[in-house]
Amino acid sequence: MATLTARVIPLPIKPGNGRTLVERNFLVYRRSWIVFVSGFFEPVFYLLSIGIGVAQLVGDFTLADGTKIGYAAFVAPAMLASSAMNGAIFDSTYNIFFRMKYARLYDSMLATPLRPWDVATGEVTWALLRGACYSAMFILVMLVLGLIQSWWALLALPVAVLLGYAFAGAGMALTTFMRSWQDFEFVQLATMPMFLFSATFYPVETYPGYIRWLVEITPLYQGVALERALTTGAVSWTLLINALYLAVMGTAGMYVASRRLGKLLLK
Amino acid sequence: MAVLAVENGRRQFDYWLTVYKRTWKGSLVSSFLLPLLYLAAMGIGLGSFVDDNGTGALGGVSYLQFIAPGLLAATALQIAVAESTYPVMGGIKWHKTYFSMISTPLRPADVMYGQLAFIAFRVVTTCAVFVAVIAAFGGLKTAWGVLGLPVALLVGLAVSAPVCAYAATLDNDSGFAMVFRFGVIPAFLFSGAFFPVSQLPNWIEWLAYLSPLWHGVELSRDLSLGTVELLPALGNLAYLSAWFVVGTWLAVRALTRRLIS
Repeated sequence: MATLTARVIPLPIKPGNGRTLVERNFLVYRRSWIVFVSGFFEPVFYLLSIGIGVAQLVGDFTLADGTKIGYAAFVAPAMLASSAMNGAIFDSTYNIFFRMKYARLYDSMLATPLRPWDVATGEVTWALLRGACYSAMFILVMLVLGLIQSWWALLALPVAVLLGYAFAGAGMALTTFMRSWQDFEFVQLATMPMFLFSATFYPVETYPGYIRWLVEITPLYQGVALERALTTGAVSWTLLINALYLAVMGTAGMYVASRRLGKLLLK
Repeated sequence: MAVLAVENGRRQFDYWLTVYKRTWKGSLVSSFLLPLLYLAAMGIGLGSFVDDNGTGALGGVSYLQFIAPGLLAATALQIAVAESTYPVMGGIKWHKTYFSMISTPLRPADVMYGQLAFIAFRVVTTCAVFVAVIAAFGGLKTAWGVLGLPVALLVGLAVSAPVCAYAATLDNDSGFAMVFRFGVIPAFLFSGAFFPVSQLPNWIEWLAYLSPLWHGVELSRDLSLGTVELLPALGNLAYLSAWFVVGTWLAVRALTRRLIS
């Protein structure tokens, strides 16, 4: 009885069997690798269109500290951050909702020694691995196009993973509250404005006082600020606050997600 | 016979309208809000930087007036493709409504016409709201810009028919990821909505001319800026119509094969 109880009650903050779920997802995606690979093209298309096409219309940007920067070099780190967000959100909301409600995948998984915490950590780990592949390729493209101006850019990949962690955790927590596909409009309602307004396409100084403040507290802005500082080399200690924000957001999301998954699936 | 076809198509349209009456709220954000946010971020936010840099490359118009008609056509493309992928696959595979439909006197062709009519309805209603907002923001240079609405409808039909044909041949939805990643997104980004295609490398410029969206963007923009020339405009119209006619023929053929085999 004790062992059975120990299995059924989720014990958070303990590394578990999440890796078996990662392995499962890897096996599934091996069969649709084209879908996997194609995910890389989307941010690159955006980079080429905005960063090269629109850049010719915009000309050079002068940043708040007075440095001049080509528009492509300004937009690229923001594209990196947004695509990390989009990928993590997609994996942790649509995919998980489908697996939970339609494929009933987690019901079968929990009939094995896997616990809700394993499911949560496994899915997030998978989302991060996948996102890391895309981010790494994107950073390479930036390097080839000459859009990286500092050795700090070596940290751009870990930061992209951290951003993915923040959004994957939050996305998964939210997914456990979703009732139907219609609720996903709210996900878009949160991510699209962030994509368009989080200092992605033009500097945050453009906004008047309180709107600027609103932009600066969004999680995507934290990621954009971090990535832009790293690739342009304008690094300062305040970036640690941005990083801490993302780490807390991801962990809180993971905690809620595993609690809720346990409630939803083991009732 | 022709009367019968129209009547059958109308009944099909009626079905989709009834469904939409119950689910339209779910599409508010993606259909109406997102294009407006794009307009605000790119046209107004980024636009102020483009305008500061000089609008010579755009022929002297403001960036907002340059991209607004382009975004209108691009919105039509996105709505049309979204409505031609999952709903069609749902009718065949998941809900199987198409099979129930053809067990009545309806033919697969009627089912297809009804679906296309509903897509036209979705494109027109969404784009009408968009046109109104663009006009309010001062995005239309002349009142002729309102004719961007019928252009948007034509763009929607031109892309939705071949996408329906493709959807009717698929076994699972992973093909749709390809349609979006290698069709819709590149078309959206490189069809001259955000910057003149003449800025692209030569061979990509030619790819852009093949895209139906480019023809829609050109028409819609020329109407709004008052720079329409008759022959090129007729060419754009003919190209879009050809996509629609051939696409519809392919869609009816594909659906007939899929439903009756």
